[in-house]
Amino acid sequence: MRLTCPYCGERDHQEFTYRGDASATRPAIESTAMDDHLAYVYDRKNPDGVHRELWNHTSGCRMHLVVTRNTVTHEVTGCEPVGPWAKKLKAASARRGAKR
Amino acid sequence: MSGFRLNSRDGVGTLLNTGRAVNFTFDGKPYQGFEGDTLASALIANGVSIVARSFKYHRPRGVFTAGSEEPSALVTLHNGPRTEPNIRATEVELYEGLVAKSQNNWPSVKFDLMAVNQLPGKAFSAGFYYKTFMGPARPGHKATQFWWMCEQFIRRAAGLGRGASLPDPDRYAKMNAFCDVLIAGGGPSGIAAALRAASAGAKVILCDERATMGGSLIGTSDVLNGERADIWVRERLAELAAMENVTLLPRTTVQSMFDDGTYLTVERVADHKVQPTPHEPRQRSWIIRAKSAVIATGAIERPIVFAGNDRPGVMLADSARRYASEFGVAPGRQVVVFCNNDSGWLAARDMARAGVIVTAIVDVRSDVADDIRAAGEETRAEIFTGAAVKSTQGWQTLTGVELCEFSEVTGQTGATLRKLGCDCLAVSGGWSPAFHLTSQQGGKPVWDAELQAFLPGEPVTTWHGAGAMAGKFGLRAAFRSGEEAAVLALADAGLGEGESDVPEIEGDTIDYAPAPVFEIRSDGKSFVDLQHDVTADDVRLAHREGFISVEHLKRYTTLGMATDQGKTSNVTGLSIMAEARGKPIPEVGTTRFRPPYSPTALGALAGERYGHLSSERRTPMHDWHVENGAGMYANGPWMRPESYNAPGETVEQAYIRETKAVRASVGLVDVSTLGKIDVQGPDAAEFLNRVYSNGFAKLPVGKARYGLMLREDGFLFDDGTTWRLDENRFLMTTTTAGAGRVMEHLEYHRDVVWPDLKVALTSVSDEWAGVAVAGPKSRAVLKACVEGCDVSNEGIPFMGVREAQINGIPVLIARLSFSGELAYEVYTGAHWGQALWEALMNAGKKFGIVPYGLEALSTLRIEKGHVAGPELNGRTTPYDLGLGGMVSTKKNFVGSVLLSRETFKAEDRLQLVAIKSIDGQRIRGGSHLVKGSKDNPGRSEGNTTSTCFSPELNTYMSLALLEGGSARHGEKMFAANPVRGAHVAVEVISPHIVDPDGGRMHG
Repeated sequence: MRLTCPYCGERDHQEFTYRGDASATRPAIESTAMDDHLAYVYDRKNPDGVHRELWNHTSGCRMHLVVTRNTVTHEVTGCEPVGPWAKKLKAASARRGAKR
Repeated sequence: MSGFRLNSRDGVGTLLNTGRAVNFTFDGKPYQGFEGDTLASALIANGVSIVARSFKYHRPRGVFTAGSEEPSALVTLHNGPRTEPNIRATEVELYEGLVAKSQNNWPSVKFDLMAVNQLPGKAFSAGFYYKTFMGPARPGHKATQFWWMCEQFIRRAAGLGRGASLPDPDRYAKMNAFCDVLIAGGGPSGIAAALRAASAGAKVILCDERATMGGSLIGTSDVLNGERADIWVRERLAELAAMENVTLLPRTTVQSMFDDGTYLTVERVADHKVQPTPHEPRQRSWIIRAKSAVIATGAIERPIVFAGNDRPGVMLADSARRYASEFGVAPGRQVVVFCNNDSGWLAARDMARAGVIVTAIVDVRSDVADDIRAAGEETRAEIFTGAAVKSTQGWQTLTGVELCEFSEVTGQTGATLRKLGCDCLAVSGGWSPAFHLTSQQGGKPVWDAELQAFLPGEPVTTWHGAGAMAGKFGLRAAFRSGEEAAVLALADAGLGEGESDVPEIEGDTIDYAPAPVFEIRSDGKSFVDLQHDVTADDVRLAHREGFISVEHLKRYTTLGMATDQGKTSNVTGLSIMAEARGKPIPEVGTTRFRPPYSPTALGALAGERYGHLSSERRTPMHDWHVENGAGMYANGPWMRPESYNAPGETVEQAYIRETKAVRASVGLVDVSTLGKIDVQGPDAAEFLNRVYSNGFAKLPVGKARYGLMLREDGFLFDDGTTWRLDENRFLMTTTTAGAGRVMEHLEYHRDVVWPDLKVALTSVSDEWAGVAVAGPKSRAVLKACVEGCDVSNEGIPFMGVREAQINGIPVLIARLSFSGELAYEVYTGAHWGQALWEALMNAGKKFGIVPYGLEALSTLRIEKGHVAGPELNGRTTPYDLGLGGMVSTKKNFVGSVLLSRETFKAEDRLQLVAIKSIDGQRIRGGSHLVKGSKDNPGRSEGNTTSTCFSPELNTYMSLALLEGGSARHGEKMFAANPVRGAHVAVEVISPHIVDPDGGRMHG
C-alpha cells in the first residue's frame, strides 16, 4: 500500500505509523467527564468499508494525516494533513493544482 | 524404484550438461551427477529410492514430484552453522561438494526404528493428540500428567529436520523495484506475456522459481516455429534478456501478493554454490511494486489416492516425464502409468520416446480418445482402461501393483485383473491451478466442474491470470492467454497494446479434463497428505466426529499444514470430505492460502537488519570508553559502557568498585543516550503542563523539574527532567528507550489534540552530549574546571540550570541526581563530547574520579529507589510507584481523568518495594515473590524488576512490585526463580535506602 503524503509525495506505507480511528476526539482539557474520556481512549469503530483514520509520516515529514481508506479493498481515497499547518498546506496544494 | 541415467541424445536431458560431472554426498556416501541436475534427479539417477522418512509413521518416502510442491523428499543441506533442514531435494541445484542428509530417522533412512509407529495402526489417527493428552491438568501446570510423561519421547520422534543453533554466517540483502508489469512464472504463458508487454515498451520483471526459465517448454516434444520447444524458448529468453526494459529473475519465487500491487519475491542468489562468494548475499528478497501483474504460475499435478500410494517409487506422472526428458533420468526400470486424464498417456509416450520402458498404462476411464490411445500404443505398453491401481506391493520400495476393474460412473472397484511387477508408478489425477498468490489477496476460487479443479476467480485487484493457472491448459491456450493477460496489464499501466507474436505450434491437442475420480477405495493406508501422514480414513474420521468444515478438517487432521501447505493434497482432501458429506466439492469450500508460497528463510526477510549490518548508535565518547577498557553493551540500538573492568576484574567486581567510588568521592558517566527534545513557543509551558502529571507552568527560568508523563489511560508512560532555559524554551529529557515514543506522543498532542497551541518540537537527542558527575566531591570537581559560573550551593542550587564553560567549551550544567548523591549533569554540543569528558576526568584526577558504566548507574539508582524502564512497564501508575505526590490535583493533564478510576486505588495493587537477600544469596532477575518453600512455593504475589548487589546493604537486593507492598515492609518472603533453581529468603524493605531524606542531594 502506498500513501500520498501532501508534503512528501507518494510513499510506501512502511514509512507511516498507523494511529487508528481519526474520529476519536479528546475531550477538552477542562473536561473531567469520565464517560467522555473512556470513549476517547477505548471506543473505536471497526467499519467494514470506508474508514477515516489517522496516520503519522514517522519516517518522513512526521506530519499527521487523515487517510480515508477502504478496510476491505485497502483503496485509499484521501490523505489530508492535520495540525497547525494543515490550512496553509491545503492552500498551497490548491495553488499548485490551479497552475496545472 | 531403481532409476538410472538414460543415454543422452536429442531432446533427452535438455537441462543437463553431461560434459561436467558433479560430485556430492548423501548421508555421507559419495555420488556423481551432472551440471543441471537437481539433487532429486541425481539421486534417482544413482538408484537411491528412499530419501526420507514420513513425519508421523516414519514410513520410507522417495521423490514424489520434480518441483517446489514436493511433499516427501525433504533433506538437510550443509553442515555446521549453514545447516538448513527441510529443503526440497527437487529444488536443490546440484553443485560440486554438495552435502545432503536424510532426516527424521534413526539410526538410518533405510532402517528406521521409529517406523514401529505405524504398527499399532489406529494409534496416530486424526485427533490422536487431542484425545490422548487433553484432560484434567496436573496441579499447577497446563497439561495432563500423561503428557508430561510422554512429551520427551514424542518430541524426539515427531517432526522434521533439525536446524543449526549457531549464527548464520551468510548475509542477505533486500531490494526494492518498480515495474509496469510483473510476471510471475516463466512458462509458456509467462514468456508470451513478457514478449508482448516488452514489445509495448513496458518495464517488465519476469520471475521464475527455477534456474532455467521456460516451464513446460523445456521438456515438451512440441515444435514451435519449426524448432524444438526448449531451443525456441532459450532464444526468446536471450531476446528478453537483451532488452533494456526487461529484468529476468530466475531462481526467484514470487512468494506473496500484497495490496496495491506490492509483491515479495525471494531470489536464491547463491544457493547453487557451496557458499556465496565474498560480499555476495545468499538470498535476496525483492519488494516489487508493479502497476499490474500477470500471474502465470501454472498448475500442480495431483495424485490419485489408493492403498500404499506413498511407497517410494510412486510419483506424479508429469514429474516422471520431466525426469526423463529434462534430466535424462529414467525414474524406474519398469514404469506403470496410472491416470484419470489424457496427460498421463502423453507422459507415458514422452518417457518411452526418451528410452524409458513403460510396461502398462492404466486409466480409470473406459472411453479414451483415439489419438490419445494411439499415443499410448506408441509406447508398446499394455493398456488397461476402465481399470485402477488398487494397491501397491513392496517391503520398502515399490515392487508391483495390483490392478482391478473400476467403474468411473459408480466409483466402485471390481474384480482383480492382474498383479504387475514394476518399480515406478507414475500417477496423474488431474491438475490444480496454482492460484496461491491471488488467493492470498482474498480472490475467491471458483469450481470448474469440467476441469474438476478450482480456478482463481475474478480478479479484485490489478492482476491477470494466464495459462494453466487460469485454467487455460495446453500450449496454444497458454500463448493466447499470456498475450491477452499482457494486453490487460498494459492497459492498467496506461500503455499501448504491443505486438502479437504467437509461434506456430506443432504438437498434441489434448483434453485436460480428468474423470472425477480422486480415490480408489480399498484396505490399507491411503495417503492424502504425504508430508503430514494424513490418510483418507483420517479425513472420514474427522467427518464422523463432526469436523466437517474445511477449516476444522485442516486443524483436526493437520491436512495441508506441513511445509508444503498441501500443494498436492488440498483438492483431494476436499473431494473425500465432499463425498463423505454427500455434497458437491464447491459446497465444502477451500481454505485461503497464506503467504509465503513456499518455505522462506527468515534471513531473506530480515535482510541487512541483522548482524554486522544492523544499525548501531554510538555516543560521542564511545571511542574513549573502548580505549579505557569499558565492556560495551548493546542497550537497544545504543552501545553503552557496561563497566570499566580493571585487569582480572569481573563485571560484578567492577561495578561494585565503581558504585563505592561514587558514594565515597566522585564518578562520571556518559548519559548522552537520554532522549532530548527541544520545546519552544509561546505556549510551550502550557503544553508541558498538559502532558506532565505535575505542574510545569510556574517552573522558573534556570530551573529543572522531574516530570512524570502518563498515557491517557492513567498508566505511567515515561519520566525525565525538563529544564526551562528561557521564558519560551525548554529542554526535555526522556528515558533512553522512550525517546522515540515520547516524541510521537508529543507530536500527536500538538498536531491532533491541541493544534491551537503554539509549540515547536525538535528532537535534539543526537545534538547534545551529556555527562553526569556524581558523588560528594562532584562540586569540587566542577569548581576546579568551570568558568563563568559560581558552582556553590547558592550559585547552582538543587535543580538549578546554568550556562558556563569548561576549558572554553560551552556547557549547560544542571544539578540533578539519579544516584542520590550530590550530582550534576553537564551537557555540551555533541562534537565537544569527548573533550568535555576528558576535561572532567582531568579536573577530577586529584579527587580520585572514576568513570562508571551502566551497571553502576543502575545500582546507584536502585539503592536510591529511583524508577526506570523495568518499573515503568506500562502496567504501573504513579501511585503504585510511590509517586502519588507528583500527581497534580490543581490541573488536568493527559491521563488525569482515567487515573482517578477507583480500580487504581485498590490496596492490593502491585506496589514498589525493595527486597534484600537475608543470607547473602544472589537474587535472580525475573524472580517471583512467594511465601512458600521451594517445593511448594504457592502463588506469586509479585516480581522483581531491577536487581543488583548493593554495597550500601552489603548484600543482593532488588526493586520489586508486590501486592499491597507499601504496607508490607519488614515481611519475610522468598524470591523464587524455578527456571534457574533459585529460592532466596528475602526481607521486604523500603525502596529508599540511600539518603531517604535527600540530605546528600541537597547538600
